Amino acid sequence: MPDLLIELFSEEIPARMQTRAAEDLKKAVTNGLVEAGLTYAHASAFSTPRRLTLALEGMLAESPTVREERKGPKVGAPEKAIEGFLRGAGLTMDQLEERETPKGNVYFASIEKPGRPAADIVAEVLEATIRNFPWPKSMRWGAGSLRWVRPLHSILCITSDEAGTEIVPLTIDGITAGDTTEGHRFMGTGRFAVSNFEDYAAKLKRNHVVLSAEERAEMIAADAQNLAFAQGLELVDDKGLLAEVAGLVEWPVTLMGDIAEDFLSLPPEVLQTSMKEHQKFFSVKNPKTGRIEKFITVANRETRDTGATILAGNQKVLFARLSDAKFFWENDVRTAKAGASEWLEKLGNVTFHNKLGSQAERIDRIAALAREIAPIVGADADLAEQSARWAKADLSSEMVYEFPELQGLMGRYYAEFAGHPAEVAAAALEHYSPLGPSDDVPTAPVSVAVALADKLDLLTGFWAIDEKPTGSKDPFALRRAALGVIRLILQNGISAPLLALPLREDADKADLLAFFHDRLKVFLRDQGVRHDIIDACIAMEGNDDIALLVNRAKALQAFLSTEDGENLLQGFKRANNILTQAEEKDGVEYSFGADLKFVEDDSEKALFDALDTLEAPIAEAIKGEDFAAAMAGLAKLRAPIDAFFEAVQVNSDNEVVRRNRLNMLSRIRGLCLSVADLTKVEG
Amino acid sequence: MAHHDSKPRSFQEIILRLQAYWAKQGCAVMQPYDMEVGAGTFHPATTLRSLGSKPWAAAYVQPSRRPTDGRYGENPNRLQHYYQYQVLIKPSPPNLQALYLGSLAAIGIEMELHDIRFVEDDWESPTLGAWGLGWEVWCDGMEVSQFTYFQQVGGHDCHPVSGELTYGLERLAMYILGVDHVMDMPYNDPEALIPLTYGDVFKQTEEEYARWNFDTANTEVLLRHFEEAEAECENTLAQAEIDPKTGKRIIMVHPAYDQCIKASHIFNLLDARGVISVTERQAYIGRVRSLAKKCADAFVQTEAAGGAAA
Repeated sequence: MPDLLIELFSEEIPARMQTRAAEDLKKAVTNGLVEAGLTYAHASAFSTPRRLTLALEGMLAESPTVREERKGPKVGAPEKAIEGFLRGAGLTMDQLEERETPKGNVYFASIEKPGRPAADIVAEVLEATIRNFPWPKSMRWGAGSLRWVRPLHSILCITSDEAGTEIVPLTIDGITAGDTTEGHRFMGTGRFAVSNFEDYAAKLKRNHVVLSAEERAEMIAADAQNLAFAQGLELVDDKGLLAEVAGLVEWPVTLMGDIAEDFLSLPPEVLQTSMKEHQKFFSVKNPKTGRIEKFITVANRETRDTGATILAGNQKVLFARLSDAKFFWENDVRTAKAGASEWLEKLGNVTFHNKLGSQAERIDRIAALAREIAPIVGADADLAEQSARWAKADLSSEMVYEFPELQGLMGRYYAEFAGHPAEVAAAALEHYSPLGPSDDVPTAPVSVAVALADKLDLLTGFWAIDEKPTGSKDPFALRRAALGVIRLILQNGISAPLLALPLREDADKADLLAFFHDRLKVFLRDQGVRHDIIDACIAMEGNDDIALLVNRAKALQAFLSTEDGENLLQGFKRANNILTQAEEKDGVEYSFGADLKFVEDDSEKALFDALDTLEAPIAEAIKGEDFAAAMAGLAKLRAPIDAFFEAVQVNSDNEVVRRNRLNMLSRIRGLCLSVADLTKVEG
Repeated sequence: MAHHDSKPRSFQEIILRLQAYWAKQGCAVMQPYDMEVGAGTFHPATTLRSLGSKPWAAAYVQPSRRPTDGRYGENPNRLQHYYQYQVLIKPSPPNLQALYLGSLAAIGIEMELHDIRFVEDDWESPTLGAWGLGWEVWCDGMEVSQFTYFQQVGGHDCHPVSGELTYGLERLAMYILGVDHVMDMPYNDPEALIPLTYGDVFKQTEEEYARWNFDTANTEVLLRHFEEAEAECENTLAQAEIDPKTGKRIIMVHPAYDQCIKASHIFNLLDARGVISVTERQAYIGRVRSLAKKCADAFVQTEAAGGAAA
């Protein structure tokens, strides 16, 4: 069985797209082949900056012949019907077969679809794949109309087996598939022909191309670690950067260079960010001093001076970059030492949002809110306000202007120079957290107060101007902010009704609360809490206390997963159904207390006693927010309810007894609903 | 040229070598546009000529002004007035990358010793309503050029696609000549009768313009000029296609586009004077873009775009 090799050779593919594109190529081609009946044993995809490659092993040489049987009209059917059938099947009368069936003699057609050679199928599938490739962004070039991520130069497409190599005949917009490719842009020796995958990979290597991105990444990581280790230093791991750099080179050559002494006093994050963002350098740390002292860059070639010119050039660029960074740092430190009043003034001129005023106005709001939240989270109100007023100051700093991703972190560094206490410094960094669902949640009370105030101001502000997230559009990351509030509350065990906070009056709070509930459902669903259970708890009073809501939901979920819980739910539903039907029929609400004197059966009596005993402690437990205890109380009702339904008919002929029983069901319903709205629970 | 294997000795020699190289590749070597622009892309030889179906190949130096980048000539590589070298070829030839690398060799970058890389960098000009895909080209980690395949200009799809190369001349020259501060860079040959540095030529003007741009340019006058340029651009394009005097079909795209360029530069000056708020900024950019689009709409109707028959 033949192997198939495809290479799409283009100008430089953006590093961030390569891995995905190789996988997409594999998926599209293999799906297309299999759909056409061409199965294979194994497929692997590769990418370099200039090529996407797919290698299939053990592909069928042709698709299998398929025989299809079709039932036609009855023998003796009108001429037209038979003609139509023949046309559809592409057969003549003498090829039909007559068969006896229970409904008489019927014509049958046997149609054979012959297999097709692999090359024909491959050519079709590859053309469709290229024309419909899911690049995140694609382009046209020259005078053509084909779209690719960057100009596509050549297509290699061959099948090979013991008998030899065949080129798959294929031409797309003037590019004719062949059996040749080229190696490294600078170190290769021009175009060469290949006969199969092994030959291809070997010739590429000889032409200074390492085909596999993983192999390139491993080479870079190993070389970088060795270079650092040899000088008693350690590489700062950065998987994202490693993957990106592996996509920027076909022949990685790792070089280590010095960071000039002048810059070693900069915060390590500044060095690292500047080197990574601008130049894709790895940082190398001295474990003894904890400082970042060297950098590692990855070149795409070997040179006769073993990289000396390349390293010198990179070092020079780094020098200019870090000179800028140092200049920003020194200016910022000077401003911070002078109290940073100019930063805060500047924020008065920076629009946060044209309907929500300036950053300075936003800071005022956050500061006021942080003061109110402080006592709830156990923070000092003055410190919380001071932190809120400092938290955004670094947005005016030169360093953050240059590297927006250092916001917060620079605020923490500069807080010290501005004479702020440690809590204020920490809050400058931590108040942005948690950023993503896996980001750490701050726990220092002052940081928590400012983080909550920041997010609540953001949410209520955008609610006030009616700029809420819709569908996939959430430009102000409001969903993330709401989830942040939820995680801050839960992880810090903060119990407080959200709506009792002094939130801005012009925001639709009921709608905002519904938004929080939606986010909470998503969050709890990921933790395995059922959506109907959350709904049952959201329907209860006090649903703006997120912690309370979650406690209730978790207790309910635990309760309903026990046998008692499950049966109680059934008992409740039965009681509720009977009661609702009766109320609808009679047009009254059965909410009078049932009377013991109308009780007829022992089971009725037992249920009566159980309700009398349990109502008070359950109410007490709910008041004390001990939902587990409340539900343990409910569990005790299960047996009497089951026995009651077993023994008596609620709808007794005796109207007095019937009404009394309905009123008792009403007590059951009331008690259950005081714990959670069980009508919303499925099952 | 005989000394291509040698290193160039001055800023102007690098420019001359680029001119000679691209002339040899068949480009029309054009002269800078005689108006203030923010980048070589604004030259009608790029903006307008990238539109329509007619083939085109041009190369030129374009003095470019970015008022906010002024540093009184003190920053080692930031200037409010600098030079770009611009190449535009339509349709983009299949060997454009190789041609580009040839130009680096022509200005003395020895390929065997350096690490040249094409790093993703998509280009977008909100003021021109234009975008393209391409790279910034790195030489040993330094960005030396921008390489773009134009996809859209003035809101029009580019058919065929132009390949655009932009070299930041000062930075590139400083790198090749091994100079750390732009003002120290030899402008002409260091052994010339009167050797001149970049500073000899431009230090004083950088100071003068920085002061004017940042502090004294009359913003009221500028705001008025902006409005006037905008109105004149629109008025020019609103004229009937048939000139009543000659009876010829004359769509006045270039005079209108001049007013668009003017509005764009005045906006940059106002920005440097700090009188444009963040929200107003977007509105101004939108107004310039709207002019650029109208000019593009008009240009594609003309003969130079291959659209005369319309």
